[in-house]
Amino acid sequence: MSQLQDLEDQGVYIFREAYKHFKELCMLWSIGKDSTVLLWLARKAFFGHVPFPLVHIDTSYKIPEMIAYRDQLAREWGLTMIVGQNRKALADGMGPERGRLTCCSALKTDALRETLNGTGPRMRMQHPSGEYVEDTVREPFTGVIVGARADEEGSRSKERYFSPREHSGDWDIADQPPELWNQFKTDFAPGTHVRIHPLLDWTEVNIWEYIEREKIPIIDLYFDRGEGRRYRSLGCAPCTGSIESCATNPAEIIVELRHTKVAERAGRAQDKADAYAMEKLRRDGYM
Amino acid sequence: MNIVIVGHVDHGKSTMVGRLLADTGTLPEGKVEKVQATCRRQGKVFEYAFLLDALEAEQDQGITIDAARVFFKTAKRDYIIIDAPGHVEFLKNMVTGAARAEAAVLLIDAGEGVQENSRRHGYLLAMLGIRQVVVAVNKMDLVDFDQGAFDAIVAEYRGFLAEIGVEPLHFIPVASRSGEMIARRSDKLTWYDGPTILEAVDGMSKQPQQENLPLRFPVQDVYKWGHRGDDRRIVAGRVEAGSLAVGDEVVFWPSGKRSKVASIEAFSAPSVDRIGAPRSTGITLTEQIFADRGDVISHAATPPAVANRLRVKLFWLGRAPMTQGRAYKLKLATAEVEARIVAIHRVLDASDLGSSTDKRLIERHDVADVTLALRRPIAVDRAEDSEATGRFVVVDNYDIAGGGIVSAHALDAIAEASGAERRRGLLGHGPALVNIRGAAARGRAIAEALEGELIGLGNLAYVVDEGASAAVIASLLDAGLIVIAPGEANLVDPPAPCVDVALGGGEGDVILDADVSAAAACDAILGELASHEHLRKG
Repeated sequence: MSQLQDLEDQGVYIFREAYKHFKELCMLWSIGKDSTVLLWLARKAFFGHVPFPLVHIDTSYKIPEMIAYRDQLAREWGLTMIVGQNRKALADGMGPERGRLTCCSALKTDALRETLNGTGPRMRMQHPSGEYVEDTVREPFTGVIVGARADEEGSRSKERYFSPREHSGDWDIADQPPELWNQFKTDFAPGTHVRIHPLLDWTEVNIWEYIEREKIPIIDLYFDRGEGRRYRSLGCAPCTGSIESCATNPAEIIVELRHTKVAERAGRAQDKADAYAMEKLRRDGYM
Repeated sequence: MNIVIVGHVDHGKSTMVGRLLADTGTLPEGKVEKVQATCRRQGKVFEYAFLLDALEAEQDQGITIDAARVFFKTAKRDYIIIDAPGHVEFLKNMVTGAARAEAAVLLIDAGEGVQENSRRHGYLLAMLGIRQVVVAVNKMDLVDFDQGAFDAIVAEYRGFLAEIGVEPLHFIPVASRSGEMIARRSDKLTWYDGPTILEAVDGMSKQPQQENLPLRFPVQDVYKWGHRGDDRRIVAGRVEAGSLAVGDEVVFWPSGKRSKVASIEAFSAPSVDRIGAPRSTGITLTEQIFADRGDVISHAATPPAVANRLRVKLFWLGRAPMTQGRAYKLKLATAEVEARIVAIHRVLDASDLGSSTDKRLIERHDVADVTLALRRPIAVDRAEDSEATGRFVVVDNYDIAGGGIVSAHALDAIAEASGAERRRGLLGHGPALVNIRGAAARGRAIAEALEGELIGLGNLAYVVDEGASAAVIASLLDAGLIVIAPGEANLVDPPAPCVDVALGGGEGDVILDADVSAAAACDAILGELASHEHLRKG
């Protein structure tokens, strides 16, 4: 499997470049398969260690098993775990019934921006108790590692490995810096930050092949637990549909994927709101 | 395998990629329908290019802005196709796309013929090191599938490519819109008996193996976590060429320090005692030396050069022109160093190869041949000898603004930096190298006597150990010292005024008997040094 090995080597290289160049570095962990593979790659890059915090945006609508799984792995692997949330919007009663894009925009995009730039609250997990305590450190993160893949949908296929974002979190798609020969954008103006994408060249099948090869402990919502259904993509409970499938392990999922022609995010409601919905969300800083 | 599709704007790159996807059954179900529905809603005629030009801005203008990546497979293997933009405004995106590729398909419109960016892209492909190129003459339907029109374009473009040393694998007549010669042959092109695009692509090979070349292992970082019971000190990086094994003696450049590989480290993987290119890895050493990011590890027999002066060919993508004298950051493998242009030999417009040698600056989209002076010596190779340690990018302000390949290098102690001049003023003399070869014990005695004499006359002189590395000597020379090196100094191209002393015969500036007295030797060497006017005489 030299293709998987090539992907791992490139991912590891990118992680080490990021760690060397960004003092305020973090990684977004959505608990889904892609960012869990990303977390595994970090441990590969740093020989078992994860030398930066993981950031999770909790919309409060996540599938409950996701939170339990997050905290369990964080304790076992000794991860620095930071959780952010748009408390104000939640207090005002924000939810999917107000409109899916409105909800995503408030509970994901705004929450993420405020957690990253330090204007919003950051809850940090304490070891070994597992309790979350409000963090006093509010330094803006200047490097943010994200598990985006180019094959997910059109706008993501144009991403760089190191992709600069303006202060507002905006992505200027028409004017991205060149990237060649594994030399990345590691210099940036004050007030801006850089998104880093180690998984850009991976496909959905590669992700599962790697999970299988490495025996990565992945959340079992991806597998059929006896109801003939499983999740192909994880998000908030009200907006994420499961698919019909009897796959109970990565090997069966790989077989299934090789024979499907349905798009991966077909179960994600926010993508359907507008032909350019994802591009708009991403320009505004959605991961 | 990564393949890039390049060519002039509107010559049909995105349409060809869309067609490849559709004709090989690679698209997810509903993708064509989704794009068709969007077109209907917006009152546009469906085109295969829309499958790729998924971004709003692109559909509005009908051109590709950035290099999109598309995953696609044939019976033979998996591909990533990079659809690079053809508009000159987006050349940096074309470079980004093409640099990721192992092979290229270059499109030329049969109706319009060879255009500015057909040439510019051809030239950049050569500089980016992409040697497998297929040229597709597209839109053959517009010239009624005429062989004469095809042959004329082939003749013109083949001539251009020959000038820059590119020999394409195939020239293929195609009509993307109707799928002629993309995935299937065509009854309208019976005069053509070469491969289809798909056959040509399947016939290309993966990048040549880097594993059999001399070892080049640029140090990316050095880790010592020191928590959770982990006391390993790991030198991390990617083996860019060659391979290394546990027990190998390795040399770190530019310092020339040596150590031995104690172990090859990995997390959650079977342990190995040999690792080669292109793997990311980490090693521990038997003897701890100071190693840092930017060092290049090699075997002793096959070292890289250590240089601070580079003759390079570069392309410029920055908005502001690249100018002589201004400081830029150069990134080569994992090394970062300040660089200035000291000479512009040739600037040319890659779209017509017409050169203007009197140009004093390098403008956006220009290609140039220049000499760069680096603030300190780094480990480097010529690009043709070692790709990863022979090419670099140039950072202007916060952005990568250009890239280039090294064609020659030298170690030059008289750097352009004003610091060297000021030290010369302070010391009252310039740097010089006295290399005393032959008769080792005698040479050492003469070196020490000479050091004493020179210091007595008010010169900052210093005897280095026998076998001191070229980099150490270069640093001392840069600091302005008169360096006395007994034994072979191993400087390929002596960077400062040099007095070569041969003991017991042979060639040199000063030739002395092997049993010469130290006093007589000093007199002869001082006389020679004084003729260089690099000396304080009391």
